[in-house]
Amino acid sequence: MRRNVLPGLRLSLGVTLFYVGLIVVLPLAALVFKAASLGPEDYWRIISSSRALASYRVTVLSALGATVFNLFFGLALAWVLTRYRFPGWRIVDAMVDLPFALPTAVAGIALTALFTTNGWFGSILADLGIKVAYTPLGIMIAMCFTSLPFIVRTVQPVLEDLDPALEEAAQSLGGSDWEIFRKVILPLLTPALLAGVSLSFARSLGEFGAIIFIAGNQPMSTEITALLVFIRLEEYDYQAAAAIASVLLIAAFVMLALTNWMQSRALRYTVKG
Amino acid sequence: MSATRTGRKPPRVGDQPLFRRMLIGIVLVIVALLIVAPLVVIGVQAFSKGWAVYRDTIIHPDTLHAIRLTVFAAIVAVPVNTAFGVAAAWSITKFDFWGRRFLLVVIEIPFSVSPIVAGVAYLFVYGLQGVFGPTLDEYGIKILFAIPGIILASMFVTAPFVARELIPLMQAQGRDLEEAATSLGASGWRTFFSVTLPNIKWALLYGVVLCNARVMGEFGAVSVVSGNIRGQTNTLPLHIELLYHDYQAAGAFAAASILALIAVFTIIAKVALERQGAGRVRRPALVANPAEKTS
Amino acid sequence: MKIRLENVVKTFETFRAVRDVSLTIESGELVALLGPSGSGKTTILRMVAGLEYADGGHIYFGDQDATDIPVRDRGVGFVFQHYALFPHMTVAENIAFGMKVSKVKREKVAIEARVVELLRLVRLEGLGDRFPAQISGGQRQRVALARALSVDPKVLLLDEPFGALDANVRHDLRRWLREIHRELGITTIFVTHDQEEALDLADRVVILKDGHIIQQGTAEEVCRNPQSAFVMKFLGDANVLAAEVRDGKAYASGAAIDVSGMADGKAELYARPADLDWSAQGPGIPASITRVLDRPDGRRVLATAETGEQLEFDVEPERALKAGDGGFVTLRRAKVFALG
Repeated sequence: MRRNVLPGLRLSLGVTLFYVGLIVVLPLAALVFKAASLGPEDYWRIISSSRALASYRVTVLSALGATVFNLFFGLALAWVLTRYRFPGWRIVDAMVDLPFALPTAVAGIALTALFTTNGWFGSILADLGIKVAYTPLGIMIAMCFTSLPFIVRTVQPVLEDLDPALEEAAQSLGGSDWEIFRKVILPLLTPALLAGVSLSFARSLGEFGAIIFIAGNQPMSTEITALLVFIRLEEYDYQAAAAIASVLLIAAFVMLALTNWMQSRALRYTVKG
Repeated sequence: MSATRTGRKPPRVGDQPLFRRMLIGIVLVIVALLIVAPLVVIGVQAFSKGWAVYRDTIIHPDTLHAIRLTVFAAIVAVPVNTAFGVAAAWSITKFDFWGRRFLLVVIEIPFSVSPIVAGVAYLFVYGLQGVFGPTLDEYGIKILFAIPGIILASMFVTAPFVARELIPLMQAQGRDLEEAATSLGASGWRTFFSVTLPNIKWALLYGVVLCNARVMGEFGAVSVVSGNIRGQTNTLPLHIELLYHDYQAAGAFAAASILALIAVFTIIAKVALERQGAGRVRRPALVANPAEKTS
Repeated sequence: MKIRLENVVKTFETFRAVRDVSLTIESGELVALLGPSGSGKTTILRMVAGLEYADGGHIYFGDQDATDIPVRDRGVGFVFQHYALFPHMTVAENIAFGMKVSKVKREKVAIEARVVELLRLVRLEGLGDRFPAQISGGQRQRVALARALSVDPKVLLLDEPFGALDANVRHDLRRWLREIHRELGITTIFVTHDQEEALDLADRVVILKDGHIIQQGTAEEVCRNPQSAFVMKFLGDANVLAAEVRDGKAYASGAAIDVSGMADGKAELYARPADLDWSAQGPGIPASITRVLDRPDGRRVLATAETGEQLEFDVEPERALKAGDGGFVTLRRAKVFALG
C-alpha cells in the first residue's frame, strides 16, 4: 500500500464508517438479529405461511411483468431519445425522471384515480371488461411507473456512446438493420440492460407507497409482501414482521449480488488478458 | 453538376422513416399514458371541488403542520447526508485502503432495500422491542413515533444519493489536482475548498437536489416509524394518505399537488444542472459523428 | 473495379468539406488521399464507401452510378481509423460477421475455412479465439483488414490505417499492406496525413487542401515537380526565401536562379535542406551558422542569412562546421512560386 499523499483519510473515513454504521448497518443488523432470534422452526412457519407465500407470488409475478414491460418500453424509449430528434424530445427526456422525483404516495393516488372504474382510463378499460385498480394488474402498473427510469437511464448513456463506426462497419459488411441490431448493438447494450433490469426488479419487489393505493390489498390475492410486513406491525406481531421483512432483505441482497455478478460477467470481453 | 442534396445522411440502423415514425408514436403514447397522465390527474383532482376546497386544505393547520415537518426533516437530513456523501467520496476516491470496494457496496444498500424494511429495521433499534429502545425510554428520550425517527429513516433511504453522484466524478478526476495543491503546501481543507469543490460543485448540487426530493417524498419508511399522529408526526406524504382514506380525495390531491410541484421543480433543476455537466460522468459527451471531424 | 468521382460536393452544416472533386482511380490501383486535417480526404473516402452521401456530383463504380447505393450493398471493404472491431466478438467472429450476414448464404464450414484462410493471410493464426481487447494495436489493425476483406470487396478503403500505431509497427505494416495489395490486386484507397506514408505506399498520391485536389501523380511526379508552394511545404521541410523575378531569373538574398518563362514580380523561393550547401567563399547567400544538429545520417546546419532569414540545410557527417562560422549558403536547386 502506498503512503497517503493527501490528508484527511482518518477524518473522512471515520465520518463515513460512523454514518454507514449508525444509519445503514446497525438497523439492518438489528432486523437480522430479531429475525434470527425466532429459531428456525418458527421462522420457517412464518415465512412459509400461505398468506406470506401468496404475497411473494403476487409481488414477484407483478414485478416480473413490470420488468418485462419496462425492458421493452425502456429500451424503445432510450432508443427514441438517443437516435431520433423530434419536437419536444427534451421534454420527454426530462419527463422520464418524473417517477423518481414524484413521491410514491402521490404517484399511488394519481394512478388509482386514473384506473378506478370511474377514472379516465379505468372507465374505458371497464367497458372492455378489463379491471385494473384493486387487481394484480394495478400492482403491475404501479411498479411499471416507479421502475421505468432505471432501464432508460442505464441504457441511454451506453447507446449514446456506442461508436457509430461499429454500425458502419457492420453495414459495410452487408448486415441488415435487424441483423446489426441483434448481433452488434444488442450485445453491446446487454450489460446495461441487465443492470437496468435487476435494479428495476429490485425496486419493484420493495415498492410500497405507489402500490398500496391501487392494489386493493386483499390477503391471498392483491396483498404485496411489503404490505404484509406493515400489517403484521400494526397487529403488534413484531416477530412475524421481522421474519417477513428479512425475506425482503435477503431478496434485496440477492438482487444486489446478481447485479454485480451479471455486470462483471457481461463485461468479460473488455478485460485485457 | 447535379442539383444539390445538402444534408442527406446515409440511413443508420433504425432510420427507416416508417419504422422511425411508428416507434416515436408508440413511445410518445405510452409516455403520455403512463407518465404525463398521472401528473395531469393530480392537478385536475386537486381542483375538482373548486378553488375554495383546495385553499382550505392547504391552509388547514394539519396540512400546514405536515408541510413544516416535511421541510424540517429535509433541513436536517439533507445537510447531514451531504456531509456524509462528501466524506465518503473523499475517502473512497482519494485513498486506497482495504475494503474500499466493499464500503462502496454497503453505501449503495439502501437503494435496493424496501423502505418498509428500513422502517421495520429502525423499529428494532429504537423501538421498545429494539436494542436501544428500553434504555432510551428510561431516560425519556423518544426517537420512534417522533421527529428523530422520521429524520433517521429519511437518512437511511437517501444515504447513497450524494455519494453516488460524487464518487464516479471524483474517481474520473483522479488525484493529480489535490496532490499538486498539497505539494504546493495547501492544507487539507484548503485543498478541498479551493481545488476539489469547484470541480464537483454541480454534481454535489445535483445529488443534494435528488436527495431533497426523496426526503420530502419518502412514504414507506416514514410511515412505519412516524406513528401517523395527526398534527404531530405526519409528514406531507403521510398526510396525503390520511386525507385519502378519510374520503377527502380532493383534499388529498390538493396536498399531493404541492409535492408534485416540488417534483416538477426538481426535474427542472436536474435538467439545468445536467446542462452544467452534472450527472453525466458515466455518460461522457456524445461521441461526435466521425464525419464531422473531417481530416 | 475502376472508380470515378465526378464533381463531388459535400457540405456539413455550413462547412464545405469537399468542393467539386473529380478523380479517377484505375482498377487495381493503390491510391493515397493525402492532406492536412480539414482537407476533406476522409469525407471523400466515406462518400466512396457510402457512409456519407454526396450533396452533388456522382460516384461511379465501373459503369454503374453508385452515388446513392447504400453502404451495405456497395461491396466495399472499409477499415476504420480506430478499427471498429466488435468488442463482444472474438477475432474469428469479427472476421466471420460479414459472411454470416451476407445475402449470399454460405455453409458454416465454408465460413470457418475462409476465416482460417484470412487469419493466415493477415498472419494471425491461432489468435482467432481472442477478444479485440486482448490483442495489440497492430494485430487489431490486421483483424480489421481481414474483416474488410472477408466479403470479397470490389474496393478496399482504409481511413488513416496506421494512424494509431507506434512508428516501428507502422513501418512493418506498411510494407505488409503493399504485399497484400500486390497479392490480391484489389483497388485500394487510403487516407493519410503522413506524406511519408503516402509516398512510400501508393501508386498515386492525391493531395488535397480545403476540399480541393491540389495535385496528383506518382510519388516521383509530386516530389520532383510540386506545382504549388502548398505541395512543396506539405511534402517535407523547405526553406523559404523572399524572391524577386526579373527577366527569367529569380533573385533571393544574394542568390540567383534560372526561372525562364516566369512573369516578373514578387515570388518565393523554396529549397529543401538537401538542396543547399555551405561554402567558405561566395557566390551564394552570405550567412552565419547558429547551430549544428548532429544526426545519425549527417549534420543539420541552422544558419541566419545577412538578410535575417533562417536557413536549414544538411551536410555530410565529415564536414567540420560549428556555430559562429561565417560563409555562404549555395543553392543546388530550388523551386520558385509567384506570390499571390
